[in-house]
Amino acid sequence: MLPDALTQTVLLLAGVAIVAGVVGTGCAWLVSAYAFPGRRLLDVALLLPLAVPTYIVAFAYLDLMHPLGPVQSGLRALLGLSGPGDLRLPDIRSLPACVLLLGLVLYPYVYLPTRALFRMQAATLLEAARSLGAGPGRVFRSVALPLARPAIALGLGLALMEALNDIGAAEFLGVRTLTVQVYATWVNRTDLPGAAQIALASLAVVLVLIGVERWGRGGRGYATAAQRPRPLERRRLRGTAGVIALGLGLLPVALGFLVPAAYLAREAGTRIARFGLPERLASEALGTLLYAGAATLAAVVLGLFAAASPALVGRRWGGLLVRLAGLGYALPGAVLAIGLLTPLALADFGLSSLTRALFGTTPALVGLGTGTALVLAYVIRFLGVSTGACEAGLARLPRSLGDAGRTLGRGAFGALMRVQLPQLWPALASGAVLVFVDCAKELPATLLLRPLNVETLATHLYGEAARGTYEDGAAAALLIVLVGLVPVAMLMRLDPAFRMRSRLPSA
Amino acid sequence: MPDADRHRAPTPPARLSLRGIGRRFGGVTALADVSFDVTPGEVVGLLGDSGCGKSTLLRIVAGLERPDAGAMHLDGRPLPPDLPPERRGIGMMFQDYALFPHLTLAENVRFGLAGRPRREAEAIVSARLADVGLGHRAGSYPGTLSGGEAQRAALARALAPGPRVLLLDEPFSNLDRRGRERVRAETLALLRAADTTALLVTHDPEEALAVCDRVVLLRDGRVEQVGTGEALYRRPATRFVARFLGELIECAGRCQGGAVETPFGRVPTDLPNGSPAVACFRPEAIRFHDAGAARGRVLRRAFLGARAMLLVTVDGLAEPVCLSCPAGEGPEAGDAVRLDWDGAQAFVFLREAD
Repeated sequence: MLPDALTQTVLLLAGVAIVAGVVGTGCAWLVSAYAFPGRRLLDVALLLPLAVPTYIVAFAYLDLMHPLGPVQSGLRALLGLSGPGDLRLPDIRSLPACVLLLGLVLYPYVYLPTRALFRMQAATLLEAARSLGAGPGRVFRSVALPLARPAIALGLGLALMEALNDIGAAEFLGVRTLTVQVYATWVNRTDLPGAAQIALASLAVVLVLIGVERWGRGGRGYATAAQRPRPLERRRLRGTAGVIALGLGLLPVALGFLVPAAYLAREAGTRIARFGLPERLASEALGTLLYAGAATLAAVVLGLFAAASPALVGRRWGGLLVRLAGLGYALPGAVLAIGLLTPLALADFGLSSLTRALFGTTPALVGLGTGTALVLAYVIRFLGVSTGACEAGLARLPRSLGDAGRTLGRGAFGALMRVQLPQLWPALASGAVLVFVDCAKELPATLLLRPLNVETLATHLYGEAARGTYEDGAAAALLIVLVGLVPVAMLMRLDPAFRMRSRLPSA
Repeated sequence: MPDADRHRAPTPPARLSLRGIGRRFGGVTALADVSFDVTPGEVVGLLGDSGCGKSTLLRIVAGLERPDAGAMHLDGRPLPPDLPPERRGIGMMFQDYALFPHLTLAENVRFGLAGRPRREAEAIVSARLADVGLGHRAGSYPGTLSGGEAQRAALARALAPGPRVLLLDEPFSNLDRRGRERVRAETLALLRAADTTALLVTHDPEEALAVCDRVVLLRDGRVEQVGTGEALYRRPATRFVARFLGELIECAGRCQGGAVETPFGRVPTDLPNGSPAVACFRPEAIRFHDAGAARGRVLRRAFLGARAMLLVTVDGLAEPVCLSCPAGEGPEAGDAVRLDWDGAQAFVFLREAD
């Protein structure tokens, strides 16, 4: 079982790497090197699939491509066939389909840093290559691609960590990855040691991923431009060529965002028109809001101190703290949940025997029963996001500002509070939005650590999909996508390098 | 140092002494064995090229950076390297002024007066802002100030807590060339009035000479020479110092009979006979004179306002030399000229020395 899961996981990751790498890099080159009608729109539209979590894209396509679903029915009507048996499309519940769907929503992780690199660093080098007589094809192969390698490696690292973290898409599409096996072994077979074993294997995969990413970056960091970025002179595409370019670029946007989002909107619309808003939606949204909100608050406060720690406790220890804060992002949620379970259960057990000895009553399980465990998991997983946002905000302030606070009589903490904090609100706010949305979208840790009888939007959706009642989950899925659009909208306005830097798992 | 010292009332200026200060960053030596004293009330300039360690030294004195070696004393009492900056009673004015953008000018100046009674603090704020002519801008935010106003505001803020030593990092480098003279004079007057010991970092020798009582010239993290500006200019210890403080005309030669032979004449020296030497003249020590020893030709003449700049080739020298003369006088381009040394402002150094 374990070797099989490992094989499936490796195949899935390799496939996603190819799809996300080709689509992400290709689109980044398309919008950086060519000018055509609609390019500016495409430039930002290519980010949209970032708003769709992996389990939602699978959820949407599973219903869309069902033998009785709109795509196959439409095709049959078009071909004049009557029975579902007359037209057999390959089953969507397969590894190739899973690879394709994950690649379609994860490619923006590659697109974003690669586009930033093409835009900020490459202009003069690419122009030099062109002036030496290389055509666009050769410029791409022999200059742009090697130049972009660190950015592509960084983006692929993030995309594959998301793919490894995924539980919904793989399970809905019948792919038995390590993460799915961790969940199944624990929840269905209640075999915690077995689940822990599989979790250990996926931890090994994470380490390999980090190693491959480091190697791919060739020891270089994802450097930001030293000099003022100058846009590349784009090659103009007219007429049919321009239309083809736009069409090519729109394809991943349509498949990764427009089609699933439109489908969810339609399903949710008909469902709400017929039966009104699902009753449980409000309480689930509240659950999402509560746990994600608590985790956001904690992550932003801790992130601020982690980011400021080089000034507070010295550069050596502070730097270590910053790195530690970013480490959680590399942990798949299911692995993290397993790791948290045992210490929390022990703590709960200890606490309840203590209160029984003291007061003769046994309280509810504090860690696992109240959602504390879930909030803790969120904070560990997404602390790097808020730390990164605060770091970026602090880096934009001149160092002399804090130093001035010190020489005017404040301690390091006082200077942080009185001098830097008042100017960090925008950074804190964007960090909070990113953490909140990541928490709201998170599925595996939420499934495993939520208190009994508590549902969030994501777990509700998972439940509906597991039961095969897709249309009931559409409203919840649409809500998650809408929430996910907030940081995408922010990204469209912000420096493109910003979010990727803030998510560096182990920089 | 007792905690109460943080909120000390203005006290007499302190003597600052540095002994053997060293600092390395990785494998790079930023400072090595730096020692000098700043006497109470003195304004001392730290002069050097960018990257010579002068700003690092300033940050070490402020407590913002830790030295790897050496000791510091304030009025004879040790200043431990791990004493945090907020407990040193040492003020600092930053190159970019570092005014807090979210606070008004008055709030900026008041920042360093936490713990003082409200009325006293307010009185100090108005007095300091009036000193620098910004009383009417007390309620303004730093973003609305001109460069000169921001410079004065930063000075007022640094002086408000009554520091015993004030550190100034390139205090004039962000100002327009035109206003700089006046701002320098005003700043110096304020430093004198505030009766504080001051250590000022600059890369501009003219600024060091104009503002500072004494100058410490740093080179690659080491002290090259300490003295008054005039001493450094007239009696440079090394060719580096001589070059740093002003233009030089250099003639390589060899010591013979207690002098070095140059096209402009023999320059006496006490270097041993036969040692390879270089004789250096300040341009103002070379004049046009019909009976001069050196022959040359004017290559180019450029009009610079009150004076004219002449580029002259000299027989026996590989490089043409740059001389100046009053605008209405002197030879024209193409003229053959004879040059003479007036006997002052020449230095001889060993050629290997630097």
